[in-house]
Amino acid sequence: MKKFVSMALAVCMAASLAACGGSESASEPAASGSAAAASGSTAASTAPIKIGSSGPLTGDYAQYGEGVRNGIELAVEEINAMGGIQFESSMEDDEADSEKAVNAYNTLKDWGMQIYIGAVTSGSTIAAGEVAYEDNMFLLTPSGTAAECMQYDNAFRVCFSDPNQGKASAEYIGTHGLATKVGVIYDSSNTYSSGIYEAFAAEAANQGIEVVAAEAFTADSNTDFSVQIQKVRDAGAELLFLPIYYSEATQILTQANTIGYDPIVFGCDGLDGILSVKNFDTSLAEGVMLLTPYVPGSDELTNTFTEKYVEKFGIEPNQFAADAYDAVYAVKAACEAAGITADMDYSAICDALKVEFTEISIDGVTGAGITWDASGEPNKEPKAVVIEGGVYVAPEGGEAAAESASAEPAAESASTSEAA
Amino acid sequence: MKSLSRTTRKNLVTYAIVVVAFAVLQTMVLTGTISNSLRGQLIPICAYVIMAVSLNLTVGILGELSLGHAGFMSLGAFAGALFTKCMETAIPVTWLRFLLALAIGAAVAGMAGVLIGIPVLRLRGDYLAIVTLAFGEIIKNLLNAVYLGRDSRGFHFSMKDTIALGLEEDGEVLIKGAQGITGTSKDATFVWGFLLVMFTLFVVLNLVHSRTGRAIMSIRDNRIAAESVGINVTKYKMIAFALSAALAGMAGVLYAHNISPLTASKFDYNTSILILVFVVLGGIGSIRGSIIAAALLTVLPEMLRGFDDYRMLVYAIVLIAMMIFNQSPKLVAWRERTFGRRAKGAKVRKGGA
Amino acid sequence: MEFLSYLVNGLSLGSVYAIIALGYTMVYGIAKMLNFAHGDVIMVGGYIVFVFMNQLGVSAIASVAAAMVVCTVLGVAIERVAYLPLRGAPSLAVLITAIGVSYFLQNMALLIWGSTPMSFSSIVSMEPLQLAGGRLVITGEALVTIGVSVVIMAALTLFINRTRLGRAMLAVSEDKGAAQLMGINVNATISLTFAIGSALAAVAGALLCSSYPILQPTTGAMPGIKAFVAAVFGGIGSVPGAMVGGVLLGIIEILSKAYISTQLADAIVFAVLIVVLLVKPTGLLGKKINEKV
Repeated sequence: MKKFVSMALAVCMAASLAACGGSESASEPAASGSAAAASGSTAASTAPIKIGSSGPLTGDYAQYGEGVRNGIELAVEEINAMGGIQFESSMEDDEADSEKAVNAYNTLKDWGMQIYIGAVTSGSTIAAGEVAYEDNMFLLTPSGTAAECMQYDNAFRVCFSDPNQGKASAEYIGTHGLATKVGVIYDSSNTYSSGIYEAFAAEAANQGIEVVAAEAFTADSNTDFSVQIQKVRDAGAELLFLPIYYSEATQILTQANTIGYDPIVFGCDGLDGILSVKNFDTSLAEGVMLLTPYVPGSDELTNTFTEKYVEKFGIEPNQFAADAYDAVYAVKAACEAAGITADMDYSAICDALKVEFTEISIDGVTGAGITWDASGEPNKEPKAVVIEGGVYVAPEGGEAAAESASAEPAAESASTSEAA
Repeated sequence: MKSLSRTTRKNLVTYAIVVVAFAVLQTMVLTGTISNSLRGQLIPICAYVIMAVSLNLTVGILGELSLGHAGFMSLGAFAGALFTKCMETAIPVTWLRFLLALAIGAAVAGMAGVLIGIPVLRLRGDYLAIVTLAFGEIIKNLLNAVYLGRDSRGFHFSMKDTIALGLEEDGEVLIKGAQGITGTSKDATFVWGFLLVMFTLFVVLNLVHSRTGRAIMSIRDNRIAAESVGINVTKYKMIAFALSAALAGMAGVLYAHNISPLTASKFDYNTSILILVFVVLGGIGSIRGSIIAAALLTVLPEMLRGFDDYRMLVYAIVLIAMMIFNQSPKLVAWRERTFGRRAKGAKVRKGGA
Repeated sequence: MEFLSYLVNGLSLGSVYAIIALGYTMVYGIAKMLNFAHGDVIMVGGYIVFVFMNQLGVSAIASVAAAMVVCTVLGVAIERVAYLPLRGAPSLAVLITAIGVSYFLQNMALLIWGSTPMSFSSIVSMEPLQLAGGRLVITGEALVTIGVSVVIMAALTLFINRTRLGRAMLAVSEDKGAAQLMGINVNATISLTFAIGSALAAVAGALLCSSYPILQPTTGAMPGIKAFVAAVFGGIGSVPGAMVGGVLLGIIEILSKAYISTQLADAIVFAVLIVVLLVKPTGLLGKKINEKV
């Protein structure tokens, strides 16, 4: 009986917590709704469209989810202040876990989500994507890079896919003759990292690049990289390709520095944010090259975005924030073009947006003139940048755009090099 | 009712709780009054309940601490999901395919239980715990590095990457390293989950009240005494351990046919510990407690979403508070003084369900 | 030369594990509990050093001292609030509570310091030793870590065997009831153990983050688990055992990365642990448990 009593008490406890949790979340939309109404007086009549998002806000990957949350918050605030179409956003934590991602998605549905901007990590995006497909909910992921994220027609993304990035990196290194012997250090327990590595390795042969060492690490042993660095060095790699996230990259750069190894370092958009790591000695990142769609300081738009973001959140935006920011603007453009209103249900919105997304073109902070095809992939150019003096600059020769895959938006290569 | 023995009555109550909970939830699903959030959690709850009950077999009935239970779940999940992926066209009958997947998952995990049990069960106490943790992590690390593909020439296996598989044009990658298995057919339903919970309960409760179960519990209570009356300690330990592993494998299959992608990193020591939390909070050795605690603690973090950034902090505090409330000797004594009447019965109950 | 270089790296990683393992083993020896929150106390220690050194501009030594004070207070507070009420309860109950504390600390750190990783400036300002024409590099951090872990181990051994308080700890670890009858304040002794363990955690945090300079709320989790394994490896409860276990674990980890597989290094480390425990069921230097009938 004792167990029973204590269990019952636990149930009561949980229930009361749930109750106050419930009341809190119920009061929240009302509050933000009134804020929206206040900020755009002309929009008082337009009810907000509810966009939901989920991503890791706790645990190992919290920094990425945080970026997405901030990016969405900033974009929604700006859009609501403009008048016209109104948004209301909510972000749920998924701890970068598939099961929690589905839970987060369902919670958002209970909240009344009409458009889903998520998830942040690939695994979560695939998991939530399955449910979203069954529901016919429009899905736009800012940063789900795995190929499988786009397996259904209701899914679109803002970021590059893993295969795309790996291929583009190999092409860039090949066509610019950066190196012929390349060493890779990648996270084999991470979908993003292993995905890029595989595409890179497949394309390397075509570009006359020899991968002399491909050294893996896992999320469980991501502190000591001495062995991987030494192996890459001993294999005679002239260039070190790092298809990983920036927090591990800072460790690799630091440890390579202590043993006096200084190759050309080349990375993908995961390295973006390396300069924002608090207290990081940016001189270690000197000369690091990366392919990234978001180049702070490259044009007016990114400058204002960075400024506003820093002012609002007190930290530099990373890749995730930029992608999420663009995602909201893309949704806005598509909603306006398709005449979406808040009283439509999510399935109708999805049907309209699926079509409309292949029509729109937006100038975002991660690229100008971004368009989408029906497969969900964005057409935008990764720009190659090199870190000099603690800032991104265009690589030597004044050429800022990577000549890769599609040479479509040739126009902005000029504009970026100018700004840089 | 009078004619039934006390244990039978208690078992019936346990079954009844599950049946009633199922009936209520299923009615809510059918009438559409359930929230999306709760509906999405129904199958994971069933999987976690099975996990908790099966772990309780090791921890509560056998009396050995295991920190690698999620490893067995992951083996079952991968075996079952792989079977389903391969047989998707060959066996179009969903229930049959799922049933076979369950059997395969349970068998694989059970065999792993035997293999791991041989060395592990020689150890004792915290050393045994750490070795189970080690096995769980080894399983995770190995599965994380497995690449398996299939094409017209048959199966291809690699521990490096998909390129090393050397697949033909028509090939498909079945297990893709860290990304695991994607796109497993969603064969699991809440009804399946319920049936499996009942099956698990039936197996475990019957075992506990059988001759074998009493032998297992005698080993827990006093190994040397048990040995001296001629109980084959190794054999009974192995039965409990392997059975617990097989049930965990079954839970894994259920889990894998609900959520895609299936990744090995999900089943790390954190998940093992989470299951252990269910068992300890529900009362070590109490099957009914495990069921309630597993269901409650799976739903709890979702209920705490209203706290936003403070959610996991609140969860931690609730966990500590519940633990102290349930287990602190002083509070237990206080409760016994206050709600004293049945306290004696509760004490005697220590091991039973 | 290559091998020597790997060995040095392994030694350096291993001595970090060793310091963390010392904290685990102390607490286990006396309180008979697996303090899963130990790894997170290390993380807190790292953050405190970071705040003092990088944000307030205090010297490295003073920052570590400050972190030791904060962590000691934190450790004792945790023990009083979360573990003391459970004294006498099943050891599993305490284990689960420790996990709750671990969640609590991680999420508290997330709320206070945010999710953005911080790059930790090394507390060691020593130039790396370049041997054999730069083929063998020994970092200052490695030397300091190895030195500090040896000193701590020696000091702990002396403290436990030669002082009144230390002997009180030994007595409590042998038999709580008998110790109490001998006039030892058991609760105070256990608190003292937590205080020492947590102070060590602060040192470990500073050294861990100096060698591997990324600091985020989950920094302590994995090294914590590895160090726990190291403590068991050496024989949990034994101070020299923790040292030996930690160093060996680090070396095995690096060597298996170097010569077998970078991907499966952890699996190999755990496999070695299992083999060792099968041969010596109570770890390398662990005490034999006598069974009472």
